[in-house]
Amino acid sequence: MVSVRSLYTSPGSLTYHDLPWVIHHREDRCTLCGQCTAVCPVNAIYLTYRRQRVPKLDVLKKKRGNEYRHFVGIRQKTDIAHRCIGCGMCSMVCPNEAIGPEPNQNENRSHFLHNQKGEAYKRGGRRNMPGTTILDRISFDRISMLTDPALDAGRHEFNYNTVLGRVLPPEEFLQKSASGEWVPPTREVFPFIIGSMSFGALSPNMWLGLLQGVAYCNEVLGIPVVMATGEGGCPPWVLRSPFLKYIILQIASGYFGWDEIIRAIPEMQCDPAAIEIKYGQGAKPGDGGLLMWFKVSKLIARLRGVPEGVDLPSPPVHQTLYSIEESVMKMIQTMSMAFGFRVPVYPKISGSTSAKAVLNNLVRNPYAGGLLIDGIDGGTGAAYDVSMQATGHPVASNLRECYLDLVAQGRQNEIPLFAAGGVGKNGNVTQNGLALIMLGASGVHIGKYIMQAAAGCLGNELGRCNVCNTGICPKGITSQNEKLFRRLDPDDVAQRVVDTFMGIRTEMKKVMAPLGRSQSLPIGMSDALGIDDADAAKRLKINYIC
Amino acid sequence: MCRLALKSADTPFSPYEVLTAMEAMQEGYDGSGLGLLLRGVKFEDFKLKPNHVILSGIAHTEAALQRMADFMGEYGFELKYQHDFEMRPGVIETWDRDRYKYVVRVYKTPDWKYLSTEQREFNLTETRLALRKNGEDHGGDLTVFSLWPDVVTIKEVGWPLQVGDGLGLDDGRIKARVVMAQGRQNTNYGINLYACHPFFIQGISTMTNGENTAFIPIKEYLEGREIPGYMGYHSDSEVFTHILHYVTKVLKLPLEVYKHVITPLKSEELDVHPQGEFLKGLRTACRRLIIDGPNAVIATLPDETCMLAMDQKKLRPATVGGRPGAWAMASEMCGVDALVPDRDPALDFQPMREHTVIIPPERKELLIWSQFDPFTLPQAA
Repeated sequence: MVSVRSLYTSPGSLTYHDLPWVIHHREDRCTLCGQCTAVCPVNAIYLTYRRQRVPKLDVLKKKRGNEYRHFVGIRQKTDIAHRCIGCGMCSMVCPNEAIGPEPNQNENRSHFLHNQKGEAYKRGGRRNMPGTTILDRISFDRISMLTDPALDAGRHEFNYNTVLGRVLPPEEFLQKSASGEWVPPTREVFPFIIGSMSFGALSPNMWLGLLQGVAYCNEVLGIPVVMATGEGGCPPWVLRSPFLKYIILQIASGYFGWDEIIRAIPEMQCDPAAIEIKYGQGAKPGDGGLLMWFKVSKLIARLRGVPEGVDLPSPPVHQTLYSIEESVMKMIQTMSMAFGFRVPVYPKISGSTSAKAVLNNLVRNPYAGGLLIDGIDGGTGAAYDVSMQATGHPVASNLRECYLDLVAQGRQNEIPLFAAGGVGKNGNVTQNGLALIMLGASGVHIGKYIMQAAAGCLGNELGRCNVCNTGICPKGITSQNEKLFRRLDPDDVAQRVVDTFMGIRTEMKKVMAPLGRSQSLPIGMSDALGIDDADAAKRLKINYIC
Repeated sequence: MCRLALKSADTPFSPYEVLTAMEAMQEGYDGSGLGLLLRGVKFEDFKLKPNHVILSGIAHTEAALQRMADFMGEYGFELKYQHDFEMRPGVIETWDRDRYKYVVRVYKTPDWKYLSTEQREFNLTETRLALRKNGEDHGGDLTVFSLWPDVVTIKEVGWPLQVGDGLGLDDGRIKARVVMAQGRQNTNYGINLYACHPFFIQGISTMTNGENTAFIPIKEYLEGREIPGYMGYHSDSEVFTHILHYVTKVLKLPLEVYKHVITPLKSEELDVHPQGEFLKGLRTACRRLIIDGPNAVIATLPDETCMLAMDQKKLRPATVGGRPGAWAMASEMCGVDALVPDRDPALDFQPMREHTVIIPPERKELLIWSQFDPFTLPQAA
C-alpha cells in the first residue's frame, strides 16, 4: 500500500482527462504494428509495458487469488509538449481502426499551462471559435421568378470576374485615354483569390501544387484565379516564368525575399498580377509575420537571405513608416514605379475600426489599387494565441462600413475592396464569399479554406492540430521537413485546387441565376441579402428576415 | 412585363394613335400606370416659338396650382398658353386621388439669349427640380414631369385608353412628331406617378419593359455622381434614362457607346474588336452602370432621334418597323402593326443582344448598329 502523502503531483501535473484530446485505444484490435506511434507528429503516444491483474478462482480448493499478466499497450503522454493535438493521423494509418483521438467534453486544464518557461502560447490556425458565423447566416432572398425570368445556371452565360486595380472615374478615364496619359493598370480576375500564404509557411510541394492548379484554372478552364505569396518572396524560377502573372507578390515589414524579386525584375517574362503591401493581418493585428526557426530550412534561408534555423519575426510596422501618408506616398508609389506603373499595388490591413481612415487616405492616392481588409477570423501560420483569439475586427461589418463610406463619396467603383478572414470557415465558401461581395467587396481571399479543400488540412476551430507554426504539419502542408512534405503530392493538390474552383464557379452561378444576375458580379447588391438577426441586419443595412 | 410603343413620323399625329397600339398589346399591363411623352409638339390653337418651354405635370390642389404659377413667375417665366384637356368626367377613376388640374403650360423663358445651350438646358432642369421639390415639401401636392421646349408628358394611373379618353386626347388639339407610351405592369415598387415610364431628364427620355436586377448598385452609383436630377428612382428603370444622360451629356460620348456601357462585350469579344482596348477601359470605368436585364430600352433624344437597345440576355421582345417618314417601335409586333399599318412587315427588325436601332431625325431609314462594329469617337482635345 502506498501512503497518500507520498503520491507525487506537481502544479503542472495533468492526466489524460485534462487534455483537449483523449486517445481512445482498443487493445483488442491493436496488432502493435507501431504505425500510429511512428506517424504521431507530437509523439503523444508510446508503446509501453503494462501489468494487468487477472483474478483467479480455484473452485476445488475454494480459494480466491490473483495472477498477473504483462502486455504491450499504447498510452498517451500528459505533458504539455506532447499532448495530443487531435490531428487524427493515428486513426488514418491504423490498419484496424484501433485508435483515434476524441475531443474532451470536459473543460481541459491544459489551457492553463501553455505558458511553459514563460513563453506565451503560440500556434497556427485561426480564432478557435466554432459555430455559425454571421456570413453563414446571410441568405440571398431576392429571387427573380415571374417578374423576371430566372436564369438557367447550367446553360446561361455568366460574367463573374472582378477587377483588381485602381479604376478612374469615367470622366477622368476618357480625358486620360484621349490625351494618352497614364491610366492605372487593372486586372480581370476571379473574385475568389488564394490569400497570401508564404513560401516558408507552406511546404514546397504545397506551393507547387497551388501554382499548378492555378495555372490550370487559367490556361485550360479560363477561370482567372490568382494567388498571393505571403511575406518571404517567391521561388526564383517562378519569378522568371510565365506563371508570374498569376501571382500577387506580397511585401511585408520584414521585406523577406525582396532581394530575389528585385534582382529578377530585369529577367521577368511578364508582370505579376499585383503587389500586396501587408500592413496588418486579421489573425494577428499589430504583429508582423512570424516564421519560427523550425521551418527556416536551407531553401527558405536562401530565399530570405538569412541563416538557417533562426526565428524570423517581422516587425509590426514597416521600418520606413512614420505615418499613413508617408506609407502611401513611399511604398505604393515606389512599388508602382519598380514595376513601371504596370502593376496594381494595394495594401492589406487587418479589420479595424480605423479601416475607414486608411481607406479615405487611399481614395486620395491615385496609385492605390485597392484595399484588402482581413477580419479577425483569418488564419495564420504562427501567432500568439491571444492575438488570434481576441484581437481584431470581424470582416462583415468592417467591409460594409468601408463600402458605404465609398458609396457616400460616389467612389465605390474606384478603390476595389477585398475581404478576407473566415471566408468558408464552415465550408460555405461560395455563400460566404458572395455575401461579402453583395455587401460591397470586389472579391475575397481564401487561405485556410484552400488548405482544407485542396490539401486536406486537418485544423479546425476546436483546437485540432493548430501546429502550423512548428513545422510538424502531419499532412506536409506547412512543413519544411522533407520527410513530412513528401506525403503531399503536388499533382494531387493541383487537382483539388481545380476541383475547388470549378465547384465555386458552379455555385456562384447557382446563386446568381435565381437573383437574375449574370451580366456582372453583383457587388453591393445588398437588396438581395437577408439575415435572421435584427441587430446584424440593421448594422449591415440589409433585410431582416425570419 | 410592361408594354411599350413609340411612333416617330414627319407629320405630327395624335397621341391617341399610340394609345390604340397599346390597346392591341393589352395583355401585358395591369392598369397600374400609363406614361405618355410627346416630342415635337404642335398645339392646334397655339404656335410654339424657339424661346418657349412646356411645363407638364399635375397640380393636385388649387393651392398647388397657384403656387406653381407664382413659382414660375418668380423664376422669370412668362405664361403664354395653357392647354386645357377636354376632360370627360367619370372616365378616369379619380375617387381616390386629387387631380385638380393636368398641367400643360407654355412659358416664355427669361432672357437667356446670352447663355450657352448647355446653360439653358441646365437652367430648365434646375427649375423643374426646384418645382418638384416644392411639391414634395407640400405633401406631394404638385407632380412635375418635364420642362422642355417641345415636350409634353402625361402620366396617370389607369388603363391607357381610359386615360386617353378621360383626357380627350382623341380630339386632335395636341399632336406630336414623336410619341412614346408605356403601359405599366407593376412588379416591384409601389404605384406612384413618378414611377411611370417614360422618365425624363434634360431632354432625354427612356422607357423600358422588364426588370433590372442590378438596380440598387447602379442607383447608388448614379446618386454618387452628384448630378442634378439623378434622384427619385421609384422604378428600377429610371436608371436607364440617367445612364443615357450620363453617357451622352456628361461624358459626351456618341449614342452608340450607350450600349457598350450598359451591356459591355466580353473580354474575348473585345480582344478582336477594333476599339477593344478603349472599350475594355470604358467597361472597367463604367462597371457600375452595367445593367442586368432582361430589358428593351426605348429612348428619344432632344433632336427627335429615337433609339432601341436590347439587354445582353435578349429575353425581352421588341420590334421596329415602318416606312420612310413613319417608324414605330413596340414591345410586341401587333403594336408595330397598329402604329404603321401601311409598311412592309417583311422588313420589320427584331434587334438581338448586340444591336442598337436608331431612327434618325430625318426618318428616311433605320440605322442598325452592332456592338461589334466600330464607332466614331471625337478626336482628342
